[in-house]
Amino acid sequence: MTDSANGNSSATPQAIERLTSSAERELEALGGEGEKLEAWRVKYLGRRGALTSILRSLGSLPAADRRVAGAAANRAKARLEGLLDKRLAASGTPGPIGAIDVTLPGRRHVRGRLHPSTQTIQEILAAFNAMGFQTVEGPQVEWERYNFDMLNIPPDHPARDSHDTIWIDRSGGDGILLRTQTSPMQVRTLESTTPPVRIVVPGLCYRFEATDATHEWQFHQIEGLAVDTDITFADLKGTLYEFARRIFGPDRKVRFRCDFFPFVEPGVEMAVDCFKCFGQGCRLCKQTGYIEILGAGMVHPNVLRNAGHDPERYTGYAFGMGPERIAMLRHGIDDIRHFFANDLRFLTQF
Amino acid sequence: MKVPLSWLRDYVRVDLSPAELAHRLSMAGTEVEKVERVGYKDGVVVGHVLDVSPHPHADRLRLVTVDHGNGVAEVVCGAPNVAAGQKIAFASVGAELIDGYTGRPSRLKRAKIRGVVSEGMVCSEKELGLGDEHDGILVLDTDEELGAPIGQVIGDTILELELTPNRPDCLGIVGVAREVAAVTGARLVEPNLDYETGADDAADLARLAIEDSDLCPRYTASVIRGVKIGPSPKWLKDALLALGERPINNVVDATNYVMFELGQPLHAFDYDRVVDHTVVVRRANEGERLTTLDDVERELSPDVLVIADPMRAIGLAGVMGGANTEIGGGTVNILLESAAFDPSNNRRTSQSLSLTSQASLRFEKGLRAGLSEVALRRATRLILEVAGGEAAKGILDEWPGKADETDFVYLSRQKLDRVLGAGLADAQVESTLTSLGFSVSADGEGWNVKVPYWRPDVGIPEDLCEEVARIIGYDELPLRVHADNLPPWSPNPELDLRGRVRAGLTAAGLQQIITYSGTTAEGEERLDLPSSTPEFVHILNPVSAGHSVLRRTLREGILHAVANNLHTWRGPIALFESGKVFHNRGEGLPDEREMAVGALAGPRAELHWDGGGGQLDYYDARGVVEDTLERMGIAAEFSPVEDATLAAGRAAEVTVPAAGGLRVGVVGEVAAHVLEAFGIDSGPVSLFELDLPSLESAVSASQQGGAYRTYIRFPESPRDLAVVVDETVAAADVVRVASRNRLVTSATVFDVYRGSNLPEGKKSLAVRLVYQSPSRTLTAGQVEKAQRSILNALSREFGALQRQ
Ligand SMILES: [Zn+2]
Repeated sequence: MTDSANGNSSATPQAIERLTSSAERELEALGGEGEKLEAWRVKYLGRRGALTSILRSLGSLPAADRRVAGAAANRAKARLEGLLDKRLAASGTPGPIGAIDVTLPGRRHVRGRLHPSTQTIQEILAAFNAMGFQTVEGPQVEWERYNFDMLNIPPDHPARDSHDTIWIDRSGGDGILLRTQTSPMQVRTLESTTPPVRIVVPGLCYRFEATDATHEWQFHQIEGLAVDTDITFADLKGTLYEFARRIFGPDRKVRFRCDFFPFVEPGVEMAVDCFKCFGQGCRLCKQTGYIEILGAGMVHPNVLRNAGHDPERYTGYAFGMGPERIAMLRHGIDDIRHFFANDLRFLTQF
Repeated sequence: MKVPLSWLRDYVRVDLSPAELAHRLSMAGTEVEKVERVGYKDGVVVGHVLDVSPHPHADRLRLVTVDHGNGVAEVVCGAPNVAAGQKIAFASVGAELIDGYTGRPSRLKRAKIRGVVSEGMVCSEKELGLGDEHDGILVLDTDEELGAPIGQVIGDTILELELTPNRPDCLGIVGVAREVAAVTGARLVEPNLDYETGADDAADLARLAIEDSDLCPRYTASVIRGVKIGPSPKWLKDALLALGERPINNVVDATNYVMFELGQPLHAFDYDRVVDHTVVVRRANEGERLTTLDDVERELSPDVLVIADPMRAIGLAGVMGGANTEIGGGTVNILLESAAFDPSNNRRTSQSLSLTSQASLRFEKGLRAGLSEVALRRATRLILEVAGGEAAKGILDEWPGKADETDFVYLSRQKLDRVLGAGLADAQVESTLTSLGFSVSADGEGWNVKVPYWRPDVGIPEDLCEEVARIIGYDELPLRVHADNLPPWSPNPELDLRGRVRAGLTAAGLQQIITYSGTTAEGEERLDLPSSTPEFVHILNPVSAGHSVLRRTLREGILHAVANNLHTWRGPIALFESGKVFHNRGEGLPDEREMAVGALAGPRAELHWDGGGGQLDYYDARGVVEDTLERMGIAAEFSPVEDATLAAGRAAEVTVPAAGGLRVGVVGEVAAHVLEAFGIDSGPVSLFELDLPSLESAVSASQQGGAYRTYIRFPESPRDLAVVVDETVAAADVVRVASRNRLVTSATVFDVYRGSNLPEGKKSLAVRLVYQSPSRTLTAGQVEKAQRSILNALSREFGALQRQ
């Protein structure tokens, strides 16, 4: 009880005021020597100093007194610290006691990153997911018929020229290959689903291609497909325009030109106005002001028919794009071979 | 495909600039890859020869005075054909020309020739890069004023087209002209097909039989007698040279001209060398031989279609003619062929014989049979024009495939609207189709459309929708965002799980990598995978020897990446990959199994002023696995396991008690001999592998989203307990036994000590035990009692002694 009584008597605002005044007088009387200043600090502001002890003892006061005394003690502490800092600055001591070098680097938490291809794929998928497209995936090792025949690309079709294929070694039976595109999932999905269908299909594809700065034998593709009873070319344009705005910015202009892919009719290539020069013409867009982003088109009636649907009842559109190409354009990456070299000097930049 | 603008202008008026024309064609589907100006040479202008006089010191040279618009120059000239009054191409000093002797570009220098200074040059064709002619100077026929850039006289613009495979008609310049006419609204001038004929009927002069009509839907031929083989006139040579084709003789050049003009390859036989003047189209006999025009004797098989006479093959159909009937200087009468061949067979033949030509390139795209006759008549007319002679009346024409041709396609208004979603006016639809050469007749509900002979790609109404849309311009058509129903959402657990694994691993500080799916058997051998690993999937035509099989594990790729990065990266190397591995199932498609693998090597932290933290090791890798699994609500156990990739005694399998002890992966330090095989000399490298299908089972068994339990409100009483046990006693077992006490809410090993004051083979484990009761505040006595009972249990089970 004695301790507590003592504490209480010194923790009144009046007692605090008295203590502060004597501390101030004492400080004024001191010379500029660091040691003496430090001794003064310990006496009043140190861990066991007079003012600190008062602050500690506040806990045992009734709540109302505690508030009043606490405020007075904190004011006193701030005042004494301020006076000390001024004296220290005047005496040439370098900075406040307990100062640290705030310019030293902090302790960082290691940051893990997704591969730039994955980041780009996720962004693209998110844009389409938000428009009601569900993400599905298909096998990378695929039947020849899904990769070609059922997509309206019969054997010897000239379009197979651009799909130099890597085949799986097997004796007899139907052809098996490394898919050259994600388009086989169009047929697989349509075979097992009654429209409405609205999917996006990301995944690795492979082509028999000599590797150089712009060609890789392994690459990602994202396929999209929407089929229903009332889907038109206008929906294709609207959806892809919306996608371009989400990925490349709300002010993007898009351009649709006629192109040919065997599994669509009409066929489309979409370009966006160059996001580097804003359509003025630069090296990135080869002075055209526009950059080709994806191929698309209305699903060919043969594809619908091959998957067991009546092309007079259903229509749809499909599109496909290369995330590595898009990542290269956006980040100014000059060589596609970086993507699978897995060099941390490259990967940690994204 | 190269299209000189000057040639294009033979059929259509072009008012647009080349760049604008290129843009319009590209938007409509005929992509113009490049627009190139040729014939423009800096420093070369139109000049006028004022005077020619003999060179004072050389008989063969002359001094020519040229007015080049900007003054008068005197040059030394060796050409015999230079004469006063000519307009010529004058090159001043510094002009960039083609050296007449070396054929290489060179800059014209001031020269003193036999004592006379030449202030420039009068150019030959070759020096201007126009052709091979270098015996004389190029004499210009022009009204351009003196001093005008030479390009205004001899220059041209070449459009280089990147054609899609469905449009062989644009492999002819007339086809491109039709596109130009359609997109600009200009009128197309068709090439002239008319010619005078003699009295004899072609059918009396030659005979024709198609034996294998499946490979030859149509064959047409004309007979021209009394031609005079010789060099082509200049306009014809120039036309071919502009496309980079070497002129041969007037007859061959005329057929080539028509090929570039209309897209139909033709072939001229020497009529008198075709036995019985009879042409038979048939499959080759097994082992039949033919020497082709390139002087190579080829052995043929029945897969190959040949043109033959009754005795022998005289040509490879659609690929190359035979030497035995080749047109030569002595040829007087010719049999001209224009035919349609099966594109697939043609493609296979040219590929199997490694013979691709401008002709095979066109045939394999599939030409319509209607084109055969048009091209035949056009070429016959041109041959008469450039080589003389007399054409027989009529043509030979066998057309067994006539019934298979798509002549009409019906486009209903409903179809057009359903595909394009645009309410186009009838008149606009009709005029657009008509501008492309389709004949259209409306019936109120749609249009019956006649497909012209040059369009093999149009066969269904959707094709016509594209025709209408692309000429109007895709950008002119309306745009809307779906008005249809969304499909019902369906879950994709595989994708979700992969996402969660990736999120966990990146949160743990790992960098995702993506390696190749292809590898080699030797590459994977380095990992000492168990013999139970499924068979490889073998690639028939690998892109390189390094990718001859599909990977069965992700371990190889990531160790390879670690090895590479150790050379170049000073900080921590913490990588993961999630992707498919491929297991051969013998039948059908392989099993594509989703795996995740991680590897850690190098320092634990970046260089930091507050000190580092040693090398990344097993416990870092295990921590990553623990973190990642915990985020998925999976409580895992780690127990020693043997895995030949991993070092003995430093590997654990990861199992999930909630899923009946299901194994979901392994974690450990990579064995020294494996590191060596990957060229890694700075260990340790820690590796973990997770099997995602197993993780999926573990997640569902771990009761995701289980009920909330209220936390205990009574105070905790922490106590530390240090016990000395044998080295072989697993810390996890000590924790397990201690946790059996029902007052213990957590048991954490916080120190492992081995040292001089402990007996050999012993270690001390310090465990912080937290006691807590859900129903009351524990007294010191209750805690002491529990602590004693735990110590007793530990000494009973492991012979543990309390460390003093
Ligand atoms: Zn640009």
